[in-house]
Amino acid sequence: MSFAWFNPIVAILAIPAGAAILLTLLPGYRLTSRLNVLASFLTFVSALALFVTERHSSQFFLIDDVNIGFVTLTTFVAFTTSVFSASYIGHELETGRLTPTYLRFYHAMYQALMFAMNLALVANNIGLMWVAIEMATLTTVLMVGIYRTPAALEAAWKYFILGSVGIALALFGTILVYVAARATVGEGLDAMQWTTLVAHASSFDSALLNVAFVFLLLGYGTKVGLAPLHAWLPDAHAEGPTPISAVLSGLLLNVALYALLRFKLMLATNTGAIATGSLMVAMGLLSLIFASFMLYRRRDIKRLFAYSSIEHMGIITFAFGMGGPLANFAALLHMTMHSLTKSAIFFGIGHVAQIKGTQKIADIRGLTETHPILGWGLLLGVVAIAGLPPLGIFMSEFLVVTSTFAREPALAVLLVFGILLALGALFLRANGVAFGEPCGSRAPSGASYTPMYAHLALVAMAGIYLPPPIVAWFQHVARLLG
Amino acid sequence: MRHDLFFDVAHLLAGGLVLMSFLMLYQDRLYALINVFAGHAIVLTLSVAWQAYVQDAPHLYVTAFIALGFKAIIIPIALHRIVERLGIHREIETVLNIGLTMLGGIGLVALSVVVMLRVAPGGDPLAREDLAFALSVVLLGLLMMVSRRNAVSQVIGFMSLENGLILAATGAKGMPLVVEISVAFSVLIAFIVIGIFLFRIRERFDTVDIQALDSFRGEIE
Repeated sequence: MSFAWFNPIVAILAIPAGAAILLTLLPGYRLTSRLNVLASFLTFVSALALFVTERHSSQFFLIDDVNIGFVTLTTFVAFTTSVFSASYIGHELETGRLTPTYLRFYHAMYQALMFAMNLALVANNIGLMWVAIEMATLTTVLMVGIYRTPAALEAAWKYFILGSVGIALALFGTILVYVAARATVGEGLDAMQWTTLVAHASSFDSALLNVAFVFLLLGYGTKVGLAPLHAWLPDAHAEGPTPISAVLSGLLLNVALYALLRFKLMLATNTGAIATGSLMVAMGLLSLIFASFMLYRRRDIKRLFAYSSIEHMGIITFAFGMGGPLANFAALLHMTMHSLTKSAIFFGIGHVAQIKGTQKIADIRGLTETHPILGWGLLLGVVAIAGLPPLGIFMSEFLVVTSTFAREPALAVLLVFGILLALGALFLRANGVAFGEPCGSRAPSGASYTPMYAHLALVAMAGIYLPPPIVAWFQHVARLLG
Repeated sequence: MRHDLFFDVAHLLAGGLVLMSFLMLYQDRLYALINVFAGHAIVLTLSVAWQAYVQDAPHLYVTAFIALGFKAIIIPIALHRIVERLGIHREIETVLNIGLTMLGGIGLVALSVVVMLRVAPGGDPLAREDLAFALSVVLLGLLMMVSRRNAVSQVIGFMSLENGLILAATGAKGMPLVVEISVAFSVLIAFIVIGIFLFRIRERFDTVDIQALDSFRGEIE
């Protein structure tokens, strides 16, 4: 079997880029939303093809075992979100919240975001990676503000300003890495090429790398949504269209974390550099505990789950910061499970908010009675995200906690405290939403629940039985991450 | 001998940029602020052009040209128009008072000098001190963004921050063109985005004061 004519790297970049242009030009909701789904599906298939192609590194692109997993997860969730988006956006058009012009813009931006995220993941050049993440930020800013309500504009403005400051700090860190590399590697593109950087990082100036990492952590950490740099995240999630909340939580935060991991790997080879892990552990724990407390005061359902994303990104960053094969394995698994579960929850919330016409938790009650399929699905999602057995997140959180207990019992106590705190808050809210006295519209929803249940089925399956090849793959990547 | 001259002029220009950042900090009128920003961009242009000459890197002239044409001319004119149209040419509301802001600025410059001169003692002194200046400009830009409430002055703060980044990028010898152009390009995009936002904000609220936006926070209990 020869695939010589087919290059998956080109495909995962060219399909979204081409689709973005095409979607700008084409009119009509039916056609464009289907095209959006089709393009996302083709990108996903191309990403799967990466597994069978040779590992590859060139001047600008890199395919290794680490980023293939990230690309696959990104393109898969992007595909299911596009299916959800098709039914969600149809409703928004009917109610007049979106006009056809904005719809065109929305679809083009959706594909542009996919392009930017894939580019960030496969970039072998730290400058190119920065450009891609900046582009992803700009496209999401535009989508968050798309409803043009005062609240949406405020959210977009806040996201834009904080995101730009973060991205500016990350660029300063990138320049410092270049300066550190230049002394050893020489001038030009080589000193920005990630594979070259890792190969030579042991001889770089440690002090300069340390300063660089602090800037990178603050910069990309803003995009990950780590406390205290998270202020943009809840607003952006709450005010934008729900498919964008799903993509933001499920994917974009991961991409920013991936950038941080790359730099962490680079510093790990330099003996004089600071322990990057402990910085990540500290920020991760802070985010987890802070977000868990904040969960109690939420009145808006999308904000509630936005804080839950901060909480989970905190756990993932913590686990990656701890390092070692077991903690990295747990972090990778947790990241995958969180992406799947959180996007499933947002799919559910999107339909709920459309039926009830509100995002206020107090006005959404008794869903299992009025809309059983939706209500039980959402409840299952909350059970999963809170980390109850036997679902996938329970398993990954359990691994994070046990591996931490073995090494740093004191930190593990804080970790468990944060997780339990979040569990309490989520159930307090979910109880009313699922079983309270029904109120609001009882109109049936014509929406498709397939994406939500598909994600939940995967999460449930992973919790009960994780196929050995997948376990082996995660273990392999966890070892690579050091 | 020639090397000393290269060194001194580069220092003079980078130091000038820090000075211009300080000038921006205490401007309390929007027109004056925009004019100082144009000056900031001109100093940046000279600095980048000097680096292009010293490093014998002709592509840096492109960066210098973008800084001059876009940041020193087009944006200040556009901002003048916006301020005029919105009728907000009176005083800027500052969150902190000017004296405290200046003291904070001095502290930030001291911080960046201490941080950057400590690291890489063996490195190239020009690159190292250039980075110290650049970091000062970046931090002063940040300070400006947090100490102002007005959307236009926040945008100017952000652009002065980007100027600091360009200073750092051009000071790092041989840094590939890809990055410089993308920096300039992202500023362009960023500005368009902000411009759109400004007009929408104007359209919806009749004010460009961010404080007015704060009242629309979704979390009303």
